[in-house]
Amino acid sequence: MTEHLISLWTSLLSTFGDILPIIGILVGFQVLILRRKIPNLKRVLLGFLLVLLGLALFLEGLERALFPLGKLMAEQLTAPEFLGLSRAEASVSMHWREFVWVYLFALAIGFSTTIAEPSLIAVAIKAHKVSGGTINPWGLRIAVAIGVAIGIALGTYRIVTGTPLQYYVITGYLFVLAQTWFAPRSIIALAYDSGGVTTSTVTVPLVAALGLGLSSSIPGRTPLLDGFGLIAFASLFPIMTVLGYAQLSEGIARRRSGNES
Amino acid sequence: MNTRTLELLRPLLESIKDLLPIVGVITFFQLFVLGQPIPNLLELLWGTLLVVVGLTLFVQGLELGLFPLGENMAWDFAAKGSVLWLLLFAFSLGFGTTVAEPALIAIAEEAAEVAARGGMILDAPDAREAYAEGLRYTVAFSVGLAIVIGVLRILRGWPIQYLIICGYIGVVIMTAFAPKEIIGIAYDSGGVTTSTITVPLVTALGVGLASSIEGRNPMVDGFGLIAFASLTPMIFVMAYGIAL
Repeated sequence: MTEHLISLWTSLLSTFGDILPIIGILVGFQVLILRRKIPNLKRVLLGFLLVLLGLALFLEGLERALFPLGKLMAEQLTAPEFLGLSRAEASVSMHWREFVWVYLFALAIGFSTTIAEPSLIAVAIKAHKVSGGTINPWGLRIAVAIGVAIGIALGTYRIVTGTPLQYYVITGYLFVLAQTWFAPRSIIALAYDSGGVTTSTVTVPLVAALGLGLSSSIPGRTPLLDGFGLIAFASLFPIMTVLGYAQLSEGIARRRSGNES
Repeated sequence: MNTRTLELLRPLLESIKDLLPIVGVITFFQLFVLGQPIPNLLELLWGTLLVVVGLTLFVQGLELGLFPLGENMAWDFAAKGSVLWLLLFAFSLGFGTTVAEPALIAIAEEAAEVAARGGMILDAPDAREAYAEGLRYTVAFSVGLAIVIGVLRILRGWPIQYLIICGYIGVVIMTAFAPKEIIGIAYDSGGVTTSTITVPLVTALGVGLASSIEGRNPMVDGFGLIAFASLTPMIFVMAYGIAL
């Protein structure tokens, strides 16, 4: 029990250390430049305390439960024995289709970690409020999660086949630009944002373990050169799915109103 | 159970719903694909409990603290009317929150290893450290710059897509010239820079600014700050790779 409490305390301290620069900047500008009273100061301070405490508990829990198991799992699923690469003839006839479980794991882990990502929850809450309720927080989060799932699965496929990262990313950019042309204007900024917010606390460590494991198991790949790129995919594809989601829901709404009239 | 306790439990239930998928995925793969029992079940349950409680507190704290604070500061800056101070604030927020970001520190160290193996820098501990440090400051600077550009966009009401297209073109051009080894790291560094506390704060700042300025729509103009913050690091990290 004491061991648990000590590690909880360390986690709290390190979270506090991480947000110290933010607090410093906020307080500095508030006191020196703005010189205005913050309304409901007590509430704001309480909120900050809750965020700090919540984040520390969240990280501590992840480190204790989900990360060790998830990382071990990524290692086991990408181990040469599991992939059947240990047999001498297998490495010759190795084909990208033999990695079905890896792709499925990538898909599932991308989706589920994104649903649990606190910063995406924050943006979804805000978008719901700002849009006056027209953006459904769960709809947005599921659209983003599907994007991350596709991105990470495609990213593992890229590591398996060893194709250059930039071709995928540039194609993705062209796709995003084409979609932007047709998407409703009010969603564009939010969609671009959703690429960056998805990959943080929960997703990055698990996805990094997956990329590292995969690139060190497959002959001809090195973790240092091929292990990167999953995060880039995970921040590109949500832009497309969120734009797609907006187009889809707008299309449905239009058809519905067309039927009524 | 009366309605009041139910009301108190609701945020907790929400968090459980948020975490159900990941627990399900891990359990499924462990039991059915890898065919192994779950090790340390008690530890796992304790950890999951911490995660659920932590997420609940975090979300409550967002609404009480981070969101109101970010929006308030946006209103105060708008009332003060000094663009210079606002931009300085935007830069410090971007730079300050990124430079100490643990994920960035980790990725900078890996990048230094890649560079050392690729022969771009001397394979010695202090050369690597200097490289990692330089990279970290480069990324932090680029995020600061991104928030400044994003805030300027909100003030002027520029459409976001044109700026993003410029950014994409910048990425493509840099990719053509950057050393092969740095590309993967550069592309990834865009995603890892924005932390869990920065995102809500910056989002609230953007939305607050867009609501406080006449003629701006918080939905169209308020979002987009994070988008810049995940684009500029890609360009700057490749520039760093070319320069060294």
